[in-house]
Amino acid sequence: MLEIKNVTKIFNSGEATEHRLFQDFELSVEDGEFVSVVGGNGSGKTSLLNIICGNLPIERGDVLIDGKSIAKEKDFVRCRRIGRVHQNPAMGTAPNLTVLENLSLANNKGKRFGLSFGINRRRKGFYCEQLADLGLGLEDKLDVKMGALSGGQRQAISLLMASLTPIDFLVLDEHTAALDPKTAEVIMLLTDRLIREKKLTAIMVTHNLRYALEYGSRLIMMDRGTVVLDKKGDEKARLCSDEVFEEFNKMSIRVSDGELN
Amino acid sequence: MLEMVVSTLTQGLIYAFIAYGVYITYSILDFPDLTTDGSFPLGAAVTAVLLSKGCDPYLTLAAALLAGALAGFFTGFIHVKLHIRDLLAGIITMTALFSINLQIGGSNLIIPRTTDTIFSAAPTMAVFGGLSLLYRKLIVVCLLALIFKILLDLYFSTKSGLLLRAAGDNANLVTALAQDKGRVKILGLVISNSLIALAGAIVCHEQRSFSATMGTGQVVFGLASVIIGISLFRKLSFVRGTTAVIIGSILYKACISAALSLGLPANLLKLVTAVLFLLVLVFSGRRGEEIIRA
Repeated sequence: MLEIKNVTKIFNSGEATEHRLFQDFELSVEDGEFVSVVGGNGSGKTSLLNIICGNLPIERGDVLIDGKSIAKEKDFVRCRRIGRVHQNPAMGTAPNLTVLENLSLANNKGKRFGLSFGINRRRKGFYCEQLADLGLGLEDKLDVKMGALSGGQRQAISLLMASLTPIDFLVLDEHTAALDPKTAEVIMLLTDRLIREKKLTAIMVTHNLRYALEYGSRLIMMDRGTVVLDKKGDEKARLCSDEVFEEFNKMSIRVSDGELN
Repeated sequence: MLEMVVSTLTQGLIYAFIAYGVYITYSILDFPDLTTDGSFPLGAAVTAVLLSKGCDPYLTLAAALLAGALAGFFTGFIHVKLHIRDLLAGIITMTALFSINLQIGGSNLIIPRTTDTIFSAAPTMAVFGGLSLLYRKLIVVCLLALIFKILLDLYFSTKSGLLLRAAGDNANLVTALAQDKGRVKILGLVISNSLIALAGAIVCHEQRSFSATMGTGQVVFGLASVIIGISLFRKLSFVRGTTAVIIGSILYKACISAALSLGLPANLLKLVTAVLFLLVLVFSGRRGEEIIRA
C-alpha cells in the first residue's frame, strides 16, 4: 500500500513567485489498485508522481510504502520497488544499445552491476517470449538498436522493461500522450494486460478522459493540488463520461476565473 | 623512411591509450572531460620519479594507472557530489594537477641512459632481445595496446560496462535500474584517466623524460583520434569502438609526423594539432555539439 500523508509542497519558497501546490495532501493507494489520475495543467498530477518517485523534494509530510517511510530515500533507491514509464518513449530505454542489451539491463534491475557478463544468452528465449507477448512483432528484433525502433515500439519495450522484475508500483506518466491515436490505443491495451497479468499496483496520469474511464479500478480528478473527484470499484464503473466531463469543465471555468482575478 | 613509419606507428599506439580514455568519457559517457591534460603528465611524472628512484619499470605502469585513477576520481567526485559542471570539474582538476605534477617531477626530469625502462628491462630483453630498440619499442607498445583493447572490450560486455554505456546514452535509465548514476560517472572517469595516465607513463619510458608542459593539447589529440576513428568506421558496425580509435590515433600521429618531415618547425606542433582537429571536425560533419556517439 502506498500512502501520501500530510504532504506540503511549495515551489520557489520565500520568493515573490512562491506557489503552494500541495497543502496537507493525502492519498492512499491499495495493493492491486489501478488508479487513473486526470486534471488540467498545473493541477499537480505530475508533481504527485515526482513526489512518489523522489524527483521532487517536499517541505512537509511523508510518503510510505507498506507502512515504511520512503521520504528520505534517494530517487534511485526508490526505483528498486517502482517502475516508471514516461511520456517520452526515449526516456525509458538506451537508444544506442540493442533491444537485447536493454532488456538484459532491465533484467538486472536493483541487483549488482558487477563484472559478470552483461548478456546471458540463455535468457534469450525468455526475452523473445516476453517480446512476442507484446504482439508487435518485436521478437526478431533483439539485435536491433533501440533507437531504430518506432516510438510505439520503444514505449512497449519501456513498459516491459519497467515491469520485467518484480515491483511494488508501476508509475505511468502520460505514457501514451506522445503517440499517435492508434499506437496509443495499442499501448493502453498492453498496459492494462500487463497490469492484470502481473497483478501490479499502478498509478496512471493521463490527459485522456476516455482512458481514465475505460481502464483502471479507480479514478481521481485533481485540481490545484487537491482531489476533487475520487471514485473506485462499482462507483467508478457506473461513472459516465458526461459526469466526468462536467466536473472537468467546472474546473476549467474555475481556473479561468482565477486568472481573471 | 621505414624508421619513420615504425616510430610513427609506435607513437600512434602509445597515444591510443589517450584515445581509449577520451573514447570512454566523450563518446560513451558523454562527459567532456578536460582532466586529460593533467592526468597524462601526472602518469609521466610518477613514472619518471619512480624510475629515477630505481623502481621496477613494470611497476611504474601500475603506479601511473593508480595516479590517473585518483585524478579521475577527483573530477568525478567534485562533479557528482559538489555539483560542479562537467567542463569546470575537469578544468579544476587539470589546473590543480599542473602544480602537483611540478611538485612530483619538477619542470623537467631526464631518465639516465643507464636506467632500465619497459623497453630495456631484463624480462623484455629475454623475449625481444633479438630486435633493435626501434622494433622492440613497437612490439612492446603494440602488445600493451592490444592487451588493454581486449580488456576494455571485455569490460564493455560486463554488467558494469553495459551500465556505463547506458549511463552516457540515457542517464535516466540508470536511475530507473535503481543504480546511482553519479557512481557510474565516477567509475567511467576513473577508468578513462587511469588509461590516460598510462599513456603518459609509456611516453616517459619511451622518451626517457618528463616535462611539466607535456600535457598541453592532449585532450585535443584524443578527441581528434576518436572522431577520425569513429567517423571512418561509422558504416562498419562490426568494427569495435576501441579498434576504431587505435586506427584514429595512428592516422593522426601519421599526419603530424608527415607535417614535421615536410619541414614544419617543432614549435608549431600544437598549432598543427589544433588546425588538424578543426579540419577533422569540419570534414567529419560533426561540429562537436553532439560529440561522437559510438
